[in-house]
Amino acid sequence: MSKNFMTLQFAAKSENESFARVTVAAFIAQLDPTLEEIHDIKTVVSEAVTNAVIHGYEEDANGIITISAVIDGANIEITIADNGKGIENVEEAMQPLYTTKPELERSGMGFTIMQNFMDEMNVESKVGEGTKVTLRKKITLNSMIS
Amino acid sequence: MSLQISMEMERNTLIIRLEGELDHHTSEKVRDKIEAEVDKGIINNLVFNLEKLSFMDSSGLGMMLGRYKKIRQLDGKMSICSVQSSVYKIFELSGMFKILSVYDTEADAINALGVA
Ligand SMILES: Nc1ncnc2c1ncn2[C@@H]1O[C@H](COP(=O)(O)OP(=O)(O)OP(=O)(O)O)[C@@H](O)[C@H]1O
Ligand SMILES: [Mg+2]
Repeated sequence: MSKNFMTLQFAAKSENESFARVTVAAFIAQLDPTLEEIHDIKTVVSEAVTNAVIHGYEEDANGIITISAVIDGANIEITIADNGKGIENVEEAMQPLYTTKPELERSGMGFTIMQNFMDEMNVESKVGEGTKVTLRKKITLNSMIS
Repeated sequence: MSLQISMEMERNTLIIRLEGELDHHTSEKVRDKIEAEVDKGIINNLVFNLEKLSFMDSSGLGMMLGRYKKIRQLDGKMSICSVQSSVYKIFELSGMFKILSVYDTEADAINALGVA
């Protein structure tokens, strides 16, 4: 199976959250994933992009978010990166219900959802430099069609 | 806007029907619209009809939990109905069903509030 990739850059605006998840889903569609898989991928992209907008850049629309996606056979790898304020303690941030913005009605479920909906999640972050979330998943190939 | 909201008052219950995608961007608008109604002081209960809600992430979840907390403070109740499987998955993962019940139909959700 062949390799494929794409990169996407856009302003850290909440309006772009739906653009980002729909675009990644459209790219992944070439693997003929199930509806549930497409949905899971849209959700995790939405979570990571929202985190970059709200936490990374604290709603400063001058920030830039970069998404790249790689397809390798049935495996997909999606990275969502920002150059925002970074996370002091990644382990702590990944705990369910942990949030630094309860006043914005955040519930601290973003990382838990990403972890649950994907096979693998890796978070790299440096305070003052930014955050990069890498998500991996193996798509169930529809043998009837391929 | 990739989300449509329609609201209807039935006695002291506000029925909120959402259609489309509930994310960070659209959740803020939905929250403001519901709060404007709640702040009028007539409403005691909220019913969310999610039959046509095709997408929800943690932002939507936070908005719904926020409305739940607010209506509870006012001694009101909240229920939800007609949840699609994709949205159900997010509710389930977050433990939302420990505090809120889901009903098959809007009529069931309204009845469950116990308002005569
Ligand atoms: N890109 C980021 N830049 C800086 N901090 C981040 C970033 N992503 C996450 N965080 C930190 O990690 C915490 C947990 O993130 P998570 O997505 O799990 O929850 P949340 O965004 O606070 O709430 P929810 O996702 O339920 O709306 C955040 O509150 C924030 O402090
Ligand atoms: Mg989040």
